[in-house]
Amino acid sequence: MSETKKVQPLTKRDIINTYFRSTFMLGSFNFERMQAIGVAVTMIPAIKRFYHRKEDQAAALKRHLEFFNTTPWPASAIFGVTAAMEQKKAENGEIDEAAITNVKIGLMGPLAGIGDPIYWGTARPILAALGASLALSGSILGPLLFFFGINIIRMLTRWYGFKFGYSQGTDIVQDVAGNRLKKLTQMASVLGLFVMGSLVSKWTSIKMPFVLVSYEQAGKTVNTTLQMILDQLLPGLVALLMTFACMWLLKRKVNAIWIIFGMFAIGILGYWAGIFGL
Amino acid sequence: MNAMQFILVILVALVCGMASVLDERQFHRPLVACTLIGLVLGDLHTGIILGGQLELIALGWMNVGAAMAPDSALASTISAIIVIVGHQSIGEGIAIAIPLAAAGQVLTIFVRTITVFFQHQADHFAANANFRGVEWCHIGGLLLQGLRVAIPTGAVAAIAGTSLVSQWLDAIPPVITHGLQVSGGFIVVVGYAMVINMMKARALMPFFFIGFTLATFMSGINLVGLGILGACAAVVYVQLNPDFHDAIKAPTAATNVGSDDDDVLG
Repeated sequence: MSETKKVQPLTKRDIINTYFRSTFMLGSFNFERMQAIGVAVTMIPAIKRFYHRKEDQAAALKRHLEFFNTTPWPASAIFGVTAAMEQKKAENGEIDEAAITNVKIGLMGPLAGIGDPIYWGTARPILAALGASLALSGSILGPLLFFFGINIIRMLTRWYGFKFGYSQGTDIVQDVAGNRLKKLTQMASVLGLFVMGSLVSKWTSIKMPFVLVSYEQAGKTVNTTLQMILDQLLPGLVALLMTFACMWLLKRKVNAIWIIFGMFAIGILGYWAGIFGL
Repeated sequence: MNAMQFILVILVALVCGMASVLDERQFHRPLVACTLIGLVLGDLHTGIILGGQLELIALGWMNVGAAMAPDSALASTISAIIVIVGHQSIGEGIAIAIPLAAAGQVLTIFVRTITVFFQHQADHFAANANFRGVEWCHIGGLLLQGLRVAIPTGAVAAIAGTSLVSQWLDAIPPVITHGLQVSGGFIVVVGYAMVINMMKARALMPFFFIGFTLATFMSGINLVGLGILGACAAVVYVQLNPDFHDAIKAPTAATNVGSDDDDVLG
């Protein structure tokens, strides 16, 4: 089948429809094929636009119900590329099913490698930290700043990600591997790690009033506590060590919730033994 | 709590539950969820403060790959109800939020397993090009996730005003509640560790230590200031990094792609 058919490209309405659907892509996340149904549902406007025979539509739905898992927001760029490929396939049939699946699968990993540090590692924690610091004094600005800040970033990523992917088509593969996105990822990682480091110091409170030495001086009792020693050495040292311990445990696939319960146990036992204080 | 508030609380919980799987509009984050519960219960102020405190703890909680984070949605809605309607302290609310996050995680894993059934139903609908059917499978999974938070939240909301809850909470010995408050001071590092591990950027760890040292010894600097310093460090790092100077290393650029020391993209 090599004759070229006239296929109408996605209309503005289709793109808006696809965008709206993509914001629900994780709704039916399951442990077998993860985000698969969400991908198929997002692709439905494109499938309807490009294919009119029932068997073509069924085949398209089937190939978008395959395993899919990546960082959700930038995934819109993959949907754009996929839509562009589907359009080409509908036009001349030269692109085979495997090519579409391969590009989708091939972009999943690299995109998560970019998306996770930028969105989950930098944008969200920093906005959340900023929002929370305002919220602690009861200011409504805190939640508002976080909610609107993160959602603007998300909407721009989805909307322009899809448009970019759709206009670039398979050329996007070079962009993903290229330097520009790598630069962005590195910048996000530097900023994210920098802020994490400062949070470890600023937003932990560990008090250790455990008395190490106690002596009489001019009729007064002078206590030297564990906290005083640690503060002279490096304030925040205990929090730093605890962070490393958590990183080590997480790397060994210990579930975060067990670590949290372990920390509760340490807190309760430490308070009971008098090592930690309020 | 009147009937109207009860319905609104359940609606908020439903939205938060759906948001927790979608990870899209961030209604499931404590900062938003607790604020909304506070709003419908008429105590916005407490909701915001509790949300801020919980957000600090949950800062790094994220779903990456197939790994499930502790669930902030259920933790936020129920603890906000118990603090506001049950007249408990914020500290108490945080202490109960953590077991709730664990329970929520178990529930979402359960739902995500059940949703495999919808996945197979979707396959049948797809074979007949039944778009509506596939869409309903999707919505079905989403609704289950909403109910997973709405039902337990509704149950707690129904008893939160009675003396039952305060009796249970009063029965906890003070050494436990104080111990939980103590651990609240350092439990946040679990989230930080999750973020640092996810970055997979060992070579960039000096920036972590710079941030730590500056925050420790520069008293008076706030998050905005630290953020500006971090952003400057990020820009300078990329500007000076020879990996990104295509012009200089054009002859070797082709062979060097993917073989450098950072494993962010690996």
